[in-house]
This record gives sequence, structure tokens and C-alpha cells, in this order.
Amino acid sequence: MLITCPYCGARDVSEFTYQGDGNRQRPAPNSQDLDAWNDYVYDRLNPAGDHNEIWQHSGGCRTHIRVVRNTLTHEISAVQPVRPETKPSPVKPAGRRGARP
Amino acid sequence: MTSRRTETGGRIDRFRTIRFTFDGASYTGHPGDTLASALLASGVSLFGRSFKYHRPRGVLTAGVDEPNALVTVLRGDVREPNVPATMVEIHDGLVAESQNRFPSLSWDIGALNQLAGKLISAGFYYKTFMGPVIGPLQGTRFWMFCEHFIRRAAGLGRAGKAPDTARYENMNAFCDVLVVGSGPAGLMAARTAAEAGKRVILAELDPVLGGSANWSGETIGEVPAADWAAEAIRDLQEFDSVRLLPRTTVWGYYDGNSLVALERVGDHKERFATDEPRHRQWTIRAGSVVLATGALERPLVFPGNDRPGVMLASAAKRYANEFGVLPGDKVAVFTNNDTAYGAALALKNAGARTVLIVDVRADVSADMRAIANELEAELLTGHAVVATEGGKALSGVTVQPFQAATGTASGEARNIHADGLLVSGGWSPAIHLASQAGARPEWDDGLQAFLPPQPTRKWTGAGAFNGAFSTAESIAQGVAAGMAVSGGGGQRFEPPAVVTVAGDPKPAPVLEIRADGKSFVDFQHDVTADDVRLAHREGFVSVEHLKRYTTLGMATDQGKTSNVPGLAIMAAALGKSIPEVGTTRFRPPFAGVSLGSLAAERFGDLRPERLTPMHDWHVEHGATMYSAGLWHRPQIYGDPGETIEQAYVRETRATRGSAGIVDVSTLGKIAVQGPDAAEFLDRVYTNMFSTLPVGKARYGLMLREDGIAFDDGTTWRLGERDFLMTTTTANAGKVMQHLEYFLDVIWPDLKVAVTSVTDQWAGAAIGGPNARKILQSVVTGTPVDDTALPFMGIVHGEIDGVPVMICRLSFSGEMAFEVYCGADWGTHVWEALMQAGKPYGLVPYGLEALGTMRIEKGHVTGAEIDGRTTARDLHLGWMLSKKKPFIGSAMMDREGLIASDRLQLVGIVALDNRPLSGGAHIVEELHEGNPHGSIGYLTACCYSPSLGKYIALALLEGGKARHGKRAFVSDPLRKRFGPVEIVSHHFFDPEGTRMHG
Amino acid sequence: MAEYSALALLKNALTGNKDWKPAWRKPEPKAAYDVIVIGGGGHGLSTAYYLAKEHGVTNVAVLEKGYLGSGNVGRNTTAVRSNYLLPPNTRFYEHSMKLWENLSHDLNYNVMFSQRGVLNLAHSPAQLDDYARRGNSMRHQGVDAELLSVAEISRLIPVMDTSKATRFPVYGGLMQPRAGTARHDAVAWGYARGADRRGVDIVENCEVTGFLRDGDRITGVTTSRGEIRAKKVAVAVAGSTGRVMQLAGIDRLPIESHVLQAFVTESLKPVLDTVVTFGMGHFYVSQSDKGGLVYGGDIDGYNSYAQRGNLPIVQEVMAEMLALFPSLAGVRLLRSWGGVCDMSMDGSPIITTGPLPGMYLNCGWCYGGFKATPASGFCFAHTIARDEPHELNAAFTLDRFHRGILIDEKGQGATPRLH
Repeated sequence: MLITCPYCGARDVSEFTYQGDGNRQRPAPNSQDLDAWNDYVYDRLNPAGDHNEIWQHSGGCRTHIRVVRNTLTHEISAVQPVRPETKPSPVKPAGRRGARP
Repeated sequence: MTSRRTETGGRIDRFRTIRFTFDGASYTGHPGDTLASALLASGVSLFGRSFKYHRPRGVLTAGVDEPNALVTVLRGDVREPNVPATMVEIHDGLVAESQNRFPSLSWDIGALNQLAGKLISAGFYYKTFMGPVIGPLQGTRFWMFCEHFIRRAAGLGRAGKAPDTARYENMNAFCDVLVVGSGPAGLMAARTAAEAGKRVILAELDPVLGGSANWSGETIGEVPAADWAAEAIRDLQEFDSVRLLPRTTVWGYYDGNSLVALERVGDHKERFATDEPRHRQWTIRAGSVVLATGALERPLVFPGNDRPGVMLASAAKRYANEFGVLPGDKVAVFTNNDTAYGAALALKNAGARTVLIVDVRADVSADMRAIANELEAELLTGHAVVATEGGKALSGVTVQPFQAATGTASGEARNIHADGLLVSGGWSPAIHLASQAGARPEWDDGLQAFLPPQPTRKWTGAGAFNGAFSTAESIAQGVAAGMAVSGGGGQRFEPPAVVTVAGDPKPAPVLEIRADGKSFVDFQHDVTADDVRLAHREGFVSVEHLKRYTTLGMATDQGKTSNVPGLAIMAAALGKSIPEVGTTRFRPPFAGVSLGSLAAERFGDLRPERLTPMHDWHVEHGATMYSAGLWHRPQIYGDPGETIEQAYVRETRATRGSAGIVDVSTLGKIAVQGPDAAEFLDRVYTNMFSTLPVGKARYGLMLREDGIAFDDGTTWRLGERDFLMTTTTANAGKVMQHLEYFLDVIWPDLKVAVTSVTDQWAGAAIGGPNARKILQSVVTGTPVDDTALPFMGIVHGEIDGVPVMICRLSFSGEMAFEVYCGADWGTHVWEALMQAGKPYGLVPYGLEALGTMRIEKGHVTGAEIDGRTTARDLHLGWMLSKKKPFIGSAMMDREGLIASDRLQLVGIVALDNRPLSGGAHIVEELHEGNPHGSIGYLTACCYSPSLGKYIALALLEGGKARHGKRAFVSDPLRKRFGPVEIVSHHFFDPEGTRMHG
Repeated sequence: MAEYSALALLKNALTGNKDWKPAWRKPEPKAAYDVIVIGGGGHGLSTAYYLAKEHGVTNVAVLEKGYLGSGNVGRNTTAVRSNYLLPPNTRFYEHSMKLWENLSHDLNYNVMFSQRGVLNLAHSPAQLDDYARRGNSMRHQGVDAELLSVAEISRLIPVMDTSKATRFPVYGGLMQPRAGTARHDAVAWGYARGADRRGVDIVENCEVTGFLRDGDRITGVTTSRGEIRAKKVAVAVAGSTGRVMQLAGIDRLPIESHVLQAFVTESLKPVLDTVVTFGMGHFYVSQSDKGGLVYGGDIDGYNSYAQRGNLPIVQEVMAEMLALFPSLAGVRLLRSWGGVCDMSMDGSPIITTGPLPGMYLNCGWCYGGFKATPASGFCFAHTIARDEPHELNAAFTLDRFHRGILIDEKGQGATPRLH
């Protein structure tokens, strides 16, 4: 499986750490709503199909990214940085042209 | 034994002779030979014994699909079992052995199993060996008694015990187009893509590229097919953008168009070259893939179809054309399709006689009749072979008229002498990789085969893989595939003329001839047609149940020859069509892959080693190193003759008596910087950090979101916006990831950067009553007295010209200082400190003394912060700020986390003055014979020189309430029982007067 | 005469094996049952078996969307053990062990339970102490456990590298002698046959497509083979828990589905007669009676329903294997496959009534479900029949996460990929 890090380009899945369900909402830090906290900490969407996930490029730039990935086919349809204000620079394609592969 | 080598022909190099041994006997062959072809040429017919019945077996195929002729290859003491002889290239000094026989291949006692054939049919094991209900063999004992003997018969080849000294490597490759298979289709696809400027990898599992062109005997573009292929290969070699990989099996198709291939770099050589691995694993990220993997011929299922001398027709043709070996002098052919006729022609051209062609079809085409005439062979249409004769070699076949309606044979039987039988049951495209890529194959009634489906990923197919069995079609499809993966375009292409033997690859829908006797479907596992029918009778009718109940297709050949025949028999039993029964989904690998090649560089080097900057010093000064995660850390600096306990007691006494020094470079260190750094730390730690003045450090505790204790350590405020966080050694990576997650995902508005600086700093903790004096004598640029450097203060100075940062904090309970400097100067500073400490008898101490002093002080580490304990369990409730929310604060008061029966930290003193061990349990009443009633366990133990007792930290139910009570240590695993007293975890200097000074 | 016995084999062999009956019937589903068990895997089948055997509830259907045993019961690495640290787990798995010890008799089906021992290797004194804690915990609950020295381990498994020269030398190990392996498919088939002979309908190729409801109450299911009503509907679908519960409108649970790969080498003459686990990573291996080394490691570490993993784990597992067995580098991997695991938030299972009226839930087996098969079915059947948990599964509730009463063997918290 390859994940295209918005900062580094397409990299093998072994460079990434899965950080789970990206739909979870953390309650406000001072929230006393224990049900909301429990939902956030323990309950997960677990769809068979497209899943909105957080991954960290832990073996690379270490930023977290939001990935839409199909849990039936492992196909990735969208990747974006979790910090919207950061604008990654364009990624150069891997590999040199003309050289023996 | 008679030589079966032809006078001329084949791509073997007849001018050179190679000597090798098989089962201890010497043989010769030529470069280009496989072990199978060389042994066949020498007249060997018996290659191995089957798994269950130990039946004598010869060679069925000429390739990777071989189920019978498995051997063990030896290189010195290193054994490689279960290698198909068809895949072993011979070299001088090759040593091979047959397998699964005792005492010898010819006389194998295991063959007695055949007598019990009906008894040990499919499902045999499930129906017996349950044993008696009572008595000494009840329960599982009877089965285990029987299993002992069953296991003696288990397995095929024997693995060695000598460590494999070969090297294996992994190579990553990126290409626009990966072409799998180098037959005419693959060659054309590769050339077309290369001409379109694509970066191409062409992988071929055989030693020589060209695939069927090397043995088809056809003419392509007015030259022999093999010459045409050689020319095409030369053309490809001209491209810098093309990599050709012979001896390379593409075996796995993973996500993201990542394919994996095993290149056998050294196996065909007498010695592995020093600069080359034995196997090279290629991980190929391909823009697109052309699957030109060809097709595999299937045998027919009939009684005696496993006799040595029975061979796939295509394999016989290949032995004749490619290796100059005849599978027999007088052969018969048994087929359900036209392609076997061409094989017989090839054998005739090479010098063998075909005496008989048995075709299950009631009628055959005029072309086939013409071939039979040309062969001067008797043609029996509407007939079937119903038996074979011979022992370790074929001597004849019995034929009978065949009734297509019932699949049985009846009428007059004839015996005909033949020393070889060529069989063909039609062809199955090698769709394994496409299936791995997730696509469901589609059944083609005409070809009686599963064809590749619509691609679900970036691949396209060409040639026999697609069911296009003629070379002309394959060439055209190869070009088309090459153009497709190159985005159209390319040059106009004039297909070369192909001269071939006429024939229609469509077989009659007959794969089994039902007659008395064992008819094998899966040769290696001895699964017979009756076994398949028994599975049907017992309801194991889905493909997977069939496979699992009978073990059909589970052998080393993975059912390459048996899959479709097995399905056909089940379909007939069910009265359904084959696709209604289903097909097995193929999984990686396509063919066996050495474990070494998968481990590659990590074979013999599983994980990196982490060494502190002072590592060499420790080793030179007698440290016993201790493996802690990836780190190596000094355990003790033992004097000659000292036990571990004597050493750490000495080190502890010296430290508490004067001064000791310990390497703390392994502690996790994270720079937390930015305008919101203080705010961030307030949220991360349970206690307050925004109030910490610059130049001071504070002990901090972190919880997980769920309110469980996570990690602890000191964090130093180096500037208004600049903190240095330390973590435990074990959790350094996890804490870093935790911080990054919150900064990226939860609080992206916080302006904070975190940087791991663990490897940038060397750290030494120096402690003891004389520690300050030692520092005073060696630190320049700053005073280190109590005013300049109070408890938890930080100063910057120099030691022997090296800038250092010193923080006064204590893990040992002594007045102690952590001295940090740039990692490259770690040893320099360490030695300067040792030198300065000489007058005070400064000793280096290791993990044991470190642990002893922390136990005496009741400080917690990973043994207590184990992911299940809370701050309150560890008496760290005082660190939970009520003034602010922090990670875990919302969840930490849930009922389960404040329950009264939770395990709490206490101290334990052994009352019998004997050593304690970590992991021992504590009980209120001792029952040595029947241990029960555990109320907790010891997390860490030592002999305390300060107390003169064996002590421990423990987590006990309702811990604090038990202070002063007696209990017992109960350690049945190590047979250690005895009385203990439960005390506070603060054993030593509870007021902290020593460290405050 | 028992249906299956040595005598029956002999008799059938003499008559050409023509008289064997189907191991289970292939009935058409009825319109209604007392209990529907969704999931014809190990746990679903054993649940049906014990409902019939222990509680006399025989008007039961097991609905399986594919072929019987197509999930994890036929995809695991077959280890059976009760070497747990935390008492709720130790008690439960030890009960399972006791059921295993009599299972072949009970089912009149040889599940080939082989008590060849499970050995956890320790690679530092601290790890050995950690294992001692677990072993002593087992011993204090009446479960067998022993610490083995390096010399003993070396004698037991000569092919393993126990020298000091390796990256992670072996310091000792925790052995549970009564643990071992069983033939995984046989467990499914044996329970299926046992349930079938007691009247349970096992319906294959019957996919549940929705739930019938009366208000909140579950009253049956819709399937690819029509509507089926039931007083009680039990869900035992392991990796498919998310998909099935979503059909009941529950789309968030303390469960993530992850793929776990398993591997088998070509068949070798026996070199390993014990189950061994490596302590400096995640690796476990045994050798089957056919001769293949059966082994596995970590889950791939991301949500998946694909029954198919990726290469990094393959390479990691092989590297760990060769760290223990450097002489096997030339042995070949024959097959690999994937199973979908229902990873819970504390690594321990859920067997409970609810979460909706008329519904019962059994899930959260992570990758340890196979050994639990007998006790899981035993306890789930009790929970279904009596509408309250057996004391052995009383701790395996769904609300324990919210209440903070966690059963976290590894101390990893709510990060499923680490359990």
C-alpha cells in the first residue's frame, strides 16, 4: 500500500503510523460531559467502505494527514494535511527518468 | 540405465559436462539442464515419494508446477528441502537428495500406507483417535500418544540445523511498466513499452528469457522461435530504460501496484559470488503491469495416472525441444484436446516413437488425423486410458472405449506397451497474480478454464494468460498490451508470420475417467477422485471445504495442476457447473519464497542497536551490558569474582557514601518550543508548567486520554518559550508521537514545535554527598553552590572546555546533578567527571544500583506505570492539578479508576532475609501446594544496603490500608515463599533531606 | 456405535466409504426460530451447540453468509492457551481450556487438540520477571505454568538459536504445558455436526441484510434467503461486527476491524513440537502435524475488511522468525492469508446481552478468538438462554469501557492496533 504524503510524495505504508478514526470529536478540554468523552475515547466508526482516517508520516516528515481509504479494497481516494493552514509545496515524482529501473 | 539424451537439439551446451550427485550417485549433465532434465537424460525415472501413500513418483512437469519430483539441495550442512527438480539448474558439485522415503527411494517402508488406502481416506483423522472416555488415556492423551507417531511420518524434506550463512537482500525498484513473463507476449509488451519511452522491468522465472519460444518448435518471422526470441531480447538489452530479470518469480501482488519478485541470484552457481546475495527480493512499485504469465497444462485423472513415466504432454515437448531429452522411446498419448498431438510430433522429431494416441473425444479433426498418420501412431478416438502398468517406471497402459455421457469406460480393454505416457487435460491460464490483485476469474466453457477477469487494478493481460493460446495471437496481444500501458501511440507494428502445428486448444469437457483404482487429483498430497467424492458425500462441497477437508491444492505446488480437475469432479458430483462450485482465490506467494529473502538484510540483524555516546567507555571499564529495548546499558561494573548483587551493593554504598555517576543518555529528550509551549505543557502534564520560572525544572506526570498514568519525567524551562522535556527511556517514542498528535490534530492553533533531541544530548547523573564538590572542582563558568544551583535549578557552564547544562535533580535520593552536553562530547565530559571524582572515590554505577536506589526511595518507573495504573494508585494524586483541565482529567475519576480494590503501590520487606524476585505474588495466607488468594505482586526488588534488608515495591489491592501488616510472598514458579511486611514505599530518607542537602 | 470411531472407519473402508452421512444437513431456513445466531464461525457454531446441549434450546438457526467456518476459525494459527495475566481473562480462558481437553469426546469429532505446550520466550531478566508475574498469576488461579531455563529451552527446541551471540538472547521462558494447538477447521466442523445432530439448522450462503424490529426490540432478520423471525438474535461475527451492527443502526462501537496475516511454510519433517513466541517483537510459531510451520505476527495496523494484508508485516514476521531459527532461511513460505479481527479498546472480548432488546452481542476477540471458541459459545449460550451473563463472562460487558473497568492485558489503552 502506498500513501501519498502531501509533503513528501508517495511512500510505502511502512513509513506511516495509523492514528485511527478521523471522525472522532474531542470535547472541549473543560467539558464535563462524560458520555461525550467516552464516545471520543472508546467508540469508533468502523465502516466497510470509505473511511476517514488519521495517519502520521512517522517515518518521514512526521506530520499527520487525513486519508480517505476504502477498508474493503485499501484504495485511497483522498489525502490532505490535518493542519489546513499549511500548504505543502509540490512533490517531485520519484525515480529518475532514463535510468535503469 | 539407458541414456535418453538426443543426439542434437535443445539449448543445452553439449560441449561442457557438469557433474553432480543425486542420492549419493554421480551423474552428468550439461549447462542448461535442470536437475530433472539431467536425471531423465540419465535414465532416472523415480524421483520421489508422495506424501501420504509414499507412492513412487517421477516427473510430471518441466516447471514451477511440479508436484512430484521434490528434492533437497545441500550446500555443506545447509539444507534446502522441497525444491522441484524441474527448477534446479545443475552446476558442478550440486548435491541433491530425494525425500520422504526410508530407508531409500527405491525401497520405502512408508509405501505400506497404500494398503490402508480406503481407511485413510479424506477426513480420516477427524473420525478416530478420540480415545477412551475414562482411564489413563482419556481426554487428549490418546490423541497425543497417536500424534507422536503420526508426526514421525509428517513432512516432506528435512530442514537443517546449521545456520544458513548465505546473504539475502531486498531491492526496491520503481518502473512505469512491469512485464511478468517473457514469452512472445511478454517480450512484445516489453519492447512496445520500451519503444514508447517507458521504464520497463521484464521478469522471467526461468533462467532464459523467451518462455514458450524456447521450446515451441515454431517458426516466427521465418526463423526458429528461440532465435526470434533471442533477437527480441537483444533488442531489449539495447534500452537503458529496461531491466531484464531472469530467474525471477513475481510472486505477490500487493496494494498500490506493489509487486514482489524473488530473484535466484546464486542458486545455479557452484559458489555464491562474494559480492552477490543468494536471493534478491525485488519490491517493485509499478505504474502498470502486463501479466503475460502464460498457462499451465492440466493432467487427466484416471487410475494409475501417477505412475513414473506419465508426464504432461507439454513437459515432454519441452524436455525434447529445450533439453534434448526423451521421456521415453515408445510413448503413448492420452488427451482431451489437440495440443498433445503437437507434443507427439516434437518427440518424433527428436527421435521417439509414438505408438498410440488415445483421445477421449469421439471424433477429432482431419488435421489431427493427419498428425496421427505422420506419427504412424494408432489413433483411438472415444477411448480412455484406464490403467497403467509398471513399478518405478511405466511399462504399459490399458485402454478402453470411453462413454462421455457417464465419464466411465467400458468394453474391450487392451494392454499396450509404452515406456512413456503423455497426458493433456487442457490448459489453465496462470491467473494467480490477477487473483491476488482482487479480481474474480471468469469461467470459459470453450477453454474449460478460468480466465482473468476485468482488471481491478492497474494491470493488463496478454497471451495465454488471457486464453490466447496461439503464438500469433500472443504476439499481437503483447503489442496491444504494451501500447495500452504506454498510453496508446507507439509504432505501427507488422506482426511476424508464425508457422506452427495446427490445433485447437479447446478441450473436451472431460477431466476424469471413472474406473477402478486410485485416480490422483492432487499428486503430492495423494488426494484421489474418490476423496473428492467422499467430501461431497459428507457435505464438504464448497471449494474451500473441499480443499480443507481433502487437502487438495495445499501441497507445495499449491494445486497448480490439480485445481480445475478437482473442481470438475466436485461439479460432476453436485450436478452443477464448475463456476457454480466456485474457484479458489489465489493468495501470495505464487510459488514458494525463501524466508531469508523476505527477511533480507534483517536476517542476522533484526533490529538496530542503540548505543549511548559513552558506550565504549562502559565496555572498556568492565560494564556488563544489559539489553533494554533497543538500547544497551550498563547493568553493573563488576569487579572480578563479584556477583551481580555484590556489585550493585558496592556501587550503591559508594554512591550513598560519597559519589556515583550513571549514564542517563537514554532518557527521552524532547525540545518543546514556541510561544504556546508553556500552555501546551499545562495541557499535557497533570501539573502546572506555565508557572515554572526560567532556569528551573519540574517533575511532571502525563496521563493518557482515558485517565491512566502514561509517563513521567522532569521538564526544564530553558527560556520563556523553550522547554526541554525528558521522558522515560522506554516511552520516548510514544510520548513524542502523543505530543505531535495533539499539536497536529487536536490543537493546531497552538504555536509549538516539538523536536526529538534524545540523540543530540549525552547525559550523566552524578549523585552522593560529595557530588557537588566534584562538580565544583571541574565546572567552570558558573558556580554550582546552593544559591546558584538550588534543588531543581539549572545552570550553564563548561567542563574541560565543553559547554554543559546542569540540572540539580535526583532519582537516587542523593544530592544529584544531571550533566548534559553535546552527544559527541559525552565521553570527554564523562572522563573529566571521573577524573575530578577520583579523590572522592567516584564510582560509575549501572542499572542495578540505579534501580536499588530508586526502590529505596519509592520512585516509580515503567514497572509501576504499566498502562493500567492511575496517578492515585501510585500516590501521585497530589500532582493532579485542580486548576486546569489536562489530558486525562475528564476521564480519571470514572468508577473503575477510583475503586477501593485497585492495586496500590506499597513497599515490601522480606522478613526471612532472603532475596525476592520481580513477579512474585503476595498472599494473606500461604498455601504452597495450592497457591491462591493473590492480593498483588512485586514490581521491583533488591537488596537494600541502606536498610540491610531485601525489599521490594509492590502493587497490592487496597495497598495503603495494609501498611504495617504481615503477609507472604508466594512465588510458586521459583518456589520462593516466606513472610513479608507491607510498608510505605518510601523506604529511605522519606523527608528527602539528603537530596535537598 | 458412535457415528465416528475406528470401527466405523473400518466398516466404511470395507464398503467403499459409500455410507458416510453429510457432516451437517443443508436445510432451508424456517420462517421463525427461538434463537438465531448470526455467524457460522467457531463462536456462532459453539454457541448453537451449547444452547442445544446445555440449555435444551434446539429451535435454533445459525446463519452464515458464506461457507461454514469461512472466517477466522479457519484462518488462525491454531494456538490454544490460557496463559493470561488478568483474572477475568485467566478464568475464562482456563474454562475454555477445560472444555478443549474433552472436546473431541464431547463432539465425537477429533479436533486434534494437542497439548504440546506454549512457550513465551523472555529476552531480558526484566521480561522474565514480567512473565513470572503472569505465570504466578496463573498458578494462583489453578492454571499450570512453569519457568524454563535457557538450557531447558535449548533441549526442548534444538533447532532454535539460544546462544548468547544473538541480538536478543533468550534468558528463559514461560511455559504452559497444557496449552497447545488444535486443527482449526475440525473445530468448526465438529461443532457444526454436533449442533446439527441436536436439531440446530445451519444455513450457509445466507447473508443477513437487515434486522426486523418492533420498536427498539429486535424480532428477526432479513437475509439473502428471506425474512426469518426469532425471539432472540445473537450476533457472533467477529471481524464483521461493525458491518452487521450497522444494519441494526449501531455504527459506533469500541471495536475496530483490522487484518491479521498468517503464514505457513512448505511441509518439513518435524523440528518444533511446541508453540513458541518471540519476546522482542510479535511472533508465534508452531509446526502442524502435516509438517508446515504455521506462524504469524502483528496485525497490519489499519482498519480493513479485506482479508488481505501488505508486505511490511510479511517481512517483519520473517525477520523475527529467522532471529529465532537462523537455519531455516532457505525454507520457503508456501501460503499467506489474512483474517479480519475485531480489535477491542482494551484487548479483551465482549459477551453481553443487548445492546438492543432481543439482541445479544459476542465480539472483541482481537486475534485471540480461536482458543476461546468453546468458552465463548458456552458463555454466550448461557447469556442468551438465561438473559444474564455467566459468572465467567460477567466482566466482558460493553459498558466497561465507559465505566473504566478495563481488562487491559497489555496496558495499551484505547489504541486497538497495539492490543
